[in-house]
Amino acid sequence: MRTNPVELKQKITLQLPVLNCWSLGVVAVGLIMALPVLVVFGYIFVPAGDVWQHLADTVLKDYVVNSLLLMIGVTVGVLTLGVVTAWLASMCHFPGRKIFEWALLLPMAMPAYIIAYTYTGLFDFAGPLQTLIREMTGLGYGDYWFPEIRSLQGAALMLSLVLYPYVYLLVRAAFLNQSLCVLDVSRTLGNGPWRTFFSVALPLARPAIIAGLSLALMETLADYGTVQYFGVSTFTTGIFRTWFGLDSAAAAAQLSAMLLLFVFILVMLERGSRRQARYHHTSQRHQALVRFQLTGWRGVAAFSFCFGVLFFGFLLPAGQLLYWALTIAEESLDMRFLVLVWNSLKLAGMAAFLALLLALFLGYAGRLQSGWLVKSAVRVAGMGYAVPGTVIAVGVIIPFAAVDNAIDAWMSDTFGFSTGLLLSGTLVALLFAYLVRFLAVSLQTVEAGLGRIRPSMDEAARSMGCQSQEIIGRVHIPMLKGSLLTALLLVFVDVLKELPATLILRPFNFNTLAVRAYELAADERLADASYAALAIVVAGILPVILLSRSITRSRHEHTT
Amino acid sequence: MRGRFNLIATVVTSLLCLTAVQSVLAAGEVNLYSARKEKLIKPLLDQFTNETGIKVNLVTGKADALLKRLQMEGKNSPADLLITTDAGRLYRAKSVGVTRGFRSEILEAQIPANFRDPEGHWYGLTLRSRPILYVKGKVNPAELSTYEALADPKWRHRICIRSSSNIYNQSLIASMVASSGVEATEKWVTGLIKNFARPPKGGDRDQIKAAAAGLCDIAIANTYYLAGMLAAKDKGQRAAAEKMAVFWPNQEGRGAHVNVSGIVLTRSAKNRESAIKLAEYLVSESAQQWYAEKNGEYPVRADIPQSNVLKSWGAFKMDSLNLGRLGELNPEAVRLMDRAGWK
Repeated sequence: MRTNPVELKQKITLQLPVLNCWSLGVVAVGLIMALPVLVVFGYIFVPAGDVWQHLADTVLKDYVVNSLLLMIGVTVGVLTLGVVTAWLASMCHFPGRKIFEWALLLPMAMPAYIIAYTYTGLFDFAGPLQTLIREMTGLGYGDYWFPEIRSLQGAALMLSLVLYPYVYLLVRAAFLNQSLCVLDVSRTLGNGPWRTFFSVALPLARPAIIAGLSLALMETLADYGTVQYFGVSTFTTGIFRTWFGLDSAAAAAQLSAMLLLFVFILVMLERGSRRQARYHHTSQRHQALVRFQLTGWRGVAAFSFCFGVLFFGFLLPAGQLLYWALTIAEESLDMRFLVLVWNSLKLAGMAAFLALLLALFLGYAGRLQSGWLVKSAVRVAGMGYAVPGTVIAVGVIIPFAAVDNAIDAWMSDTFGFSTGLLLSGTLVALLFAYLVRFLAVSLQTVEAGLGRIRPSMDEAARSMGCQSQEIIGRVHIPMLKGSLLTALLLVFVDVLKELPATLILRPFNFNTLAVRAYELAADERLADASYAALAIVVAGILPVILLSRSITRSRHEHTT
Repeated sequence: MRGRFNLIATVVTSLLCLTAVQSVLAAGEVNLYSARKEKLIKPLLDQFTNETGIKVNLVTGKADALLKRLQMEGKNSPADLLITTDAGRLYRAKSVGVTRGFRSEILEAQIPANFRDPEGHWYGLTLRSRPILYVKGKVNPAELSTYEALADPKWRHRICIRSSSNIYNQSLIASMVASSGVEATEKWVTGLIKNFARPPKGGDRDQIKAAAAGLCDIAIANTYYLAGMLAAKDKGQRAAAEKMAVFWPNQEGRGAHVNVSGIVLTRSAKNRESAIKLAEYLVSESAQQWYAEKNGEYPVRADIPQSNVLKSWGAFKMDSLNLGRLGELNPEAVRLMDRAGWK
């Protein structure tokens, strides 16, 4: 669409980086956040011997093909589920819409590996449904067709069911914030809801769609629990197998590097699609939303679609967990369980807050500084999202232990006093790993929010004599409030579910809900894990509802 | 003003006290990294603390990751002990140099030589057997003989086993490489894969459930999973487990494959004495019995009476291979399975 000629010129001539507090700060943060990934990548230069040749000859093709297919499957899944529900819940009116508006976010609270376990429990060959079919029909194995849940398609479905809320969340906010004038124009031109959706709303929501999709795909690439349980060989399972089974850290690092190449392409695609146009509103007028009234079979179809998504993404697995918890679990609630809840909430809260601060810093730097150095540093800082948690955790241990040991050696030499390990094995190391892993989430959200504040608003405020602080306080913060809350809560829920880094980095005698759920589930005692899994879900629900409320409210504030 | 001063004084004093208390406690503490899940180690640790007054600090996790953490933390690592649930990782801990060999009369007397390192770098604590499980009535045990015989075409599409990414399968294959070499084992694996009833997925309990539900006739799984299912509150699991029987393979030859869970003293151990005390406690009669009763594992000591479930499966001959070899041959086993196409 419109590109400012001055901007174009800036893009063509590669500027020399401007060195000031902002750019130095951003580069420093970017480097620190990239450190764990870089450390692991350091192994690339260690010769891997013939392991690489072995991989290329045998399993590498599977890793690449399966990872790609999984990404394609998840793309189709999250777009279908996320965009359609977002459109229905924000722009249409049908029975139950108000409940779906927030309830459709609930699957986000469900860790992917937990939904995978529950679906297997229900639909596997030995599960109750297929057993019932066999008992009723007298058929045996191979006599009838039933979709195999533990397959590549199954994995794509599981991941889509819990990851579509990212798309739903961002796209719904985009629909709600779309200037109604555009939609009105479309309607006055005689376009029905379908045409308006496909030719106006969808293209306008593209940045939000792609942002949501790229978050979902990065989560997909980093997923280990689901694909491992389903027996699908992807990059993540390959990295673990190579690292520990073949005992080759170098080859594992090289696989990680290939994985990051995928991510890099994703990020570039996202940037590319955003660069062509700036999606600011062209009109100041926000008026009360007139929703498309869906009546008759249309209403029923809309209700059924949303209910189906909610049912399969949340009600069914949560119901199964509840059933297990009440009937066959050998674990029960006690005081120690409350400690787990408190530990989980504490970590998630701290990580979410820190990630928000960092994202704000990086987001503003990216807005104020247009040099390539700053831009790439901001991108590098968010790379960790697609890297499996275990890889990040090992990347955190190495530099922390090195620094701790160096300080200890220096103190011992100079003062004859051993400090031991200062930060390794503390919550500091764990929080750092969370930031590395989830900064991308808050960064995407904050950047999307900042993108909606047109530069002309800053200029207008300035022309009215506002100082920088005032612009932030009186223009930006009110406009950003929704995005900030979203960023906070997304990271909160993500950390609540996070497992591998927590498992490796946590201090002595410190457990979380995710750790408890995993320990039992990994022993194939899913029923016993159901209490902890349910607690994660319940703890995640509250922020999810808050989140939804704030988005709806942000719309109302605009309209009044 | 005075109030604030008092507050600061209180805080400082209590901090000092806390540090003092911590350093006193440090004399009677031991720090443990455990690949055994909390549920299957904490009760024993609590018991140990009750009996000796030594406090045990615990971090659980996956063995590879804990090992990495130990390695990176180096000489300042707080960990005194590392527990793993397979021999491969014990060997790896030794070979990356994070262990310290130690001698203990109790451990040496109780643990047979092939279940511990000759230089005391690691000691086995419990045994985990991985025999052939078959569906009663569908397989005549007279048809079964050895692991090797499972590659026979008569088992076409009748065998359930999990992924080759699993360490227990890697160890099993490593034991076969130790016995008959890479080439013969690879040929065997190729034959075995043809007999898979479905592409490998899920864990050991899944294989048992699938066999009981009629998907296959034979499952290869660790026996404590079967024991766990037999004792489960869920009657579906109990019913599935009751359909299965245990067959001990290779009884005429080297014996059935066994793995160990085991313990190492770390190089950085600062609470060496307490740590060794804990290791010795874990082979005590009550601890060994607890594992047999609670998790259906075989005691590493021959003199411990087995639980009823274990007794019902009968006595068997174990492979006498020194388990360090399993770790040594692990990369070779993984490569071989990659080449043969075992997912």
